[in-house]
Amino acid sequence: MPIVNINVNGKPVSAEVEARTLLVQFLRENLRLTGTHVGCDTSQCGACVVHVDGKSVKACTMLAVMADACEVTTIEGLANNGSMHPMQQAFMDNHGLQCGFCTPGMVMTALDIVNRNGNDLDDSTVRKELEGNICRCTGYHNIVKSVKAGAKTMGE
Amino acid sequence: MVENGIGVSVLRKEDNRFLIGKGNYTDDINVAGQTHAYFLRSPHGHATIDSIDISAAAASAGVVAVFTGDDLAADGIGPLICGVTVTSDDGEPHRAPAHPALAQGKVNYVGDHVAIVIAETLAQAKDGAEKIAVDYGVLPAVTETARAADDDQAQIHEVAPNNMCFNWPFGDKEGVEAAFASAHKVSKLELINNRMVTNPMEPRASLGEYNTGTEEITLHVTTQNPHVHRLVLSAFNQLAPEHKLRVVGPDVGGGFGAKIFVYAEELVVGWACRKIERPVKWTGDRTEAFLADAHGRDHVATAEMAMDEDGKFLAMRVMTQANLGAYLSTFSTMVPSYLYAFLLAGQYTTPLIYSEVKAVFTNTAPVDACRGAGRPEATYLLERLVDVAARDMGLDPAEIRRRNFIPKDAFPYQTPVVQCYDSGDYVAALDKAMVLADYEGFPARATEAIARGKRRGIGLSSYVEACGIAPSAAVGQLGAGVGLWESAQVRFNPTGNVQVFTGTHSHGQGHETTFAQLVTEQLGVPFENIEVIHGDTAKTQFGMGTYGSRSLAVGGVAIAKACEKLITKGKKIAAHALEAAEGDIEFADGNFTVAGTDKAMNIGEVAFNAYVPHSYPEGLEPGFDENAFFDPLNFSFPAGTHICEVEVDTDTGVVEIVKYSAVDDFGKLVNPMIVEGQVHGGIVHGVGQALLEGCRYDSEGQLITATYMDYAMPRADNVPNFDVDYAPTDPPDNPLGVKGCGEAGAIGAPPAVINAITNALDIKHIDMPATPENVWRAAQGAA
Repeated sequence: MPIVNINVNGKPVSAEVEARTLLVQFLRENLRLTGTHVGCDTSQCGACVVHVDGKSVKACTMLAVMADACEVTTIEGLANNGSMHPMQQAFMDNHGLQCGFCTPGMVMTALDIVNRNGNDLDDSTVRKELEGNICRCTGYHNIVKSVKAGAKTMGE
Repeated sequence: MVENGIGVSVLRKEDNRFLIGKGNYTDDINVAGQTHAYFLRSPHGHATIDSIDISAAAASAGVVAVFTGDDLAADGIGPLICGVTVTSDDGEPHRAPAHPALAQGKVNYVGDHVAIVIAETLAQAKDGAEKIAVDYGVLPAVTETARAADDDQAQIHEVAPNNMCFNWPFGDKEGVEAAFASAHKVSKLELINNRMVTNPMEPRASLGEYNTGTEEITLHVTTQNPHVHRLVLSAFNQLAPEHKLRVVGPDVGGGFGAKIFVYAEELVVGWACRKIERPVKWTGDRTEAFLADAHGRDHVATAEMAMDEDGKFLAMRVMTQANLGAYLSTFSTMVPSYLYAFLLAGQYTTPLIYSEVKAVFTNTAPVDACRGAGRPEATYLLERLVDVAARDMGLDPAEIRRRNFIPKDAFPYQTPVVQCYDSGDYVAALDKAMVLADYEGFPARATEAIARGKRRGIGLSSYVEACGIAPSAAVGQLGAGVGLWESAQVRFNPTGNVQVFTGTHSHGQGHETTFAQLVTEQLGVPFENIEVIHGDTAKTQFGMGTYGSRSLAVGGVAIAKACEKLITKGKKIAAHALEAAEGDIEFADGNFTVAGTDKAMNIGEVAFNAYVPHSYPEGLEPGFDENAFFDPLNFSFPAGTHICEVEVDTDTGVVEIVKYSAVDDFGKLVNPMIVEGQVHGGIVHGVGQALLEGCRYDSEGQLITATYMDYAMPRADNVPNFDVDYAPTDPPDNPLGVKGCGEAGAIGAPPAVINAITNALDIKHIDMPATPENVWRAAQGAA
């Protein structure tokens, strides 16, 4: 079985995995980082979004071996010394989550949106960019608000 | 206003764990020695099972066990049950075919459970399942709701001739006929209420563990009601006695009704873990959710309204055929009956209503409650019919509603369909919504849109629903197998912090916050010192769970009652300590005070005295911990008007919602931020039904919308921001003055959206989902 070396949330990880192991399985089952969720089986819902070398990736659609020698950031890697990342805080402050299941993927996608589109986001940009993340609870209104607010704080 | 008390938009206690990736959903839980289960499902809509050979599967690498329906039957497990009886027009109870958790001799829908394969890894379980040889005798499938009872259709269950579950007439048939015969005008509408797949984002999962020492099964499961699961699994499915079965619903990633029911997978996993004496874990994937979660809606109906020359409603007649799927799910029979027909009066004074509901079996997944459950179907039918009536009478849709509203001084108002509404002010909500939506300014916006080659439409929906489910005696009379009270326990610890145990279950609603607000308001304990605990039969005393917007209206009242008991007991303790008469003790802001003095004792000190009763009232029990149960006196009746404005591109059929305004009456709001979030989510669920979502089976019973690529869920760019406001009234039948808000959006939105589209295109009707293709076709016909 292949061996993967991945830096996950700033810590080097080395493991032997079956070649067919998906990145999301590796994170959830091998590393027990269960904050990354699986909500579908067709790469549509976005509950599994993580960052690989700084870019958002659906971890259900990438093999763990493809992340070899990469830096992976998951929802568990965002808080710093017990304080939430400004984007996490923005979701809390704006009631951008209800059941919490899609939330890690939403937050990771939100950070990618900021990375690519800057800190001054309009509704239309955020809504278009969230196209790959499904939420059944919030009706998106407060997620859009959260992403804009988080983006703004990150720019300050 | 009390800090963090009732009426304050307090940020949620539960958010921290969800935001840092520390939620604890069923699939996140792993235990030592756990095995993985995979269910072999029927690939056919309707077939006999002529033989099953599991030998190769059982010998497959890593496979621990393979079980079929025969194994369950041998242990006397199951079948699955439906808990509500509906009496058919022949006086007999509804037809209830056996619903084995693993098929016995026959499969009745694609996704039906044939066998469970348990292995060391999920991949090995799947590999094993591929080696099961099943010899199917494929039969013709029944898949069309409207045609399921026809003579030429295949027969699914022997006990249900013509695939009929029940035919349930209700109301004054002759009176309605007479009113129709003499009416000035009759408006008529045929419509479909499209089938939905409920789709909470977390797929269902179960993890069963058996302790050979205590002989107890612990079942972690994606449930909205752990005690209901335990009760049904024990009393009806013979899984284990209640005291030897612990059901835990940990963090649950959305429910919307789909996680109320006791499913085959949960029963089989619970049984199998004891059988093999190892933990068994099953996590469904999204395709399995599409195949085997209970679906929602799926009606075809004809509705008629008789009116006088002023457009006043004289009588309504509704004929409905409702699809219940292949088997009866846990509460399925009550959805198209009591939760539907009893809401057909809506906000109107229509004096005579007659309804006939024919519920049919088909070779499709079972159909049960989905956000709103029966009430969206009733509201869609009524609010569409009212718009058709307005069109037929040449009246503005707002005007015809206004002429027929139950006036605010008529409450309590007895409708002709059982429900007695305790409060409401429908004109107030309509007026406020029309201002919010700038209804007056609409014609100018429509003209401006035409100049850009677009068509604008505006649509109203004035709904009422029945929440706070439910008065036990009332539902008992109707045929429910359970009571629908709620319980609470409020426990002070000796150091003064508080644990609140509720029988309701939060799967996104924010109970950990809202219920703590109730307690901080009533007992004056700081919000941060209150913890709300739910979802574990080993921790909470009992409860009926969360659905039907009942948690605050029923469960919240139970908490308030437990708090009242603590105050009563606290007065005795404080009187003793302060050397005063009990009758002189007053309680406010967390302090027991001797009236007219500055002698006082904080409730935390009282709690300490109760646990360290060195100097204590004679004969009084130690401890500061109270239980309460609350059985509601009536349903609650949230209501409101939603107004949707759309812009239609007639060249492409694309509908854009340009403005959506909702004015609701939920009574008192405990946490306005959370309520607004519930409204947003409900509206988008309803917009999804109106514009995007449609579950389809082909003629052989294959589900052709079984992924997110084929079934269109609403996404962020399908919907706008929403304008939400309130027009509250005070409900006398609810002690907290609350009504419930979780389903309002899903009930109000579908007719508002479709009424806007029919207005834009100047057509009588378009069925949901109004996809670009359907809208384009309608626009071509209308042009």
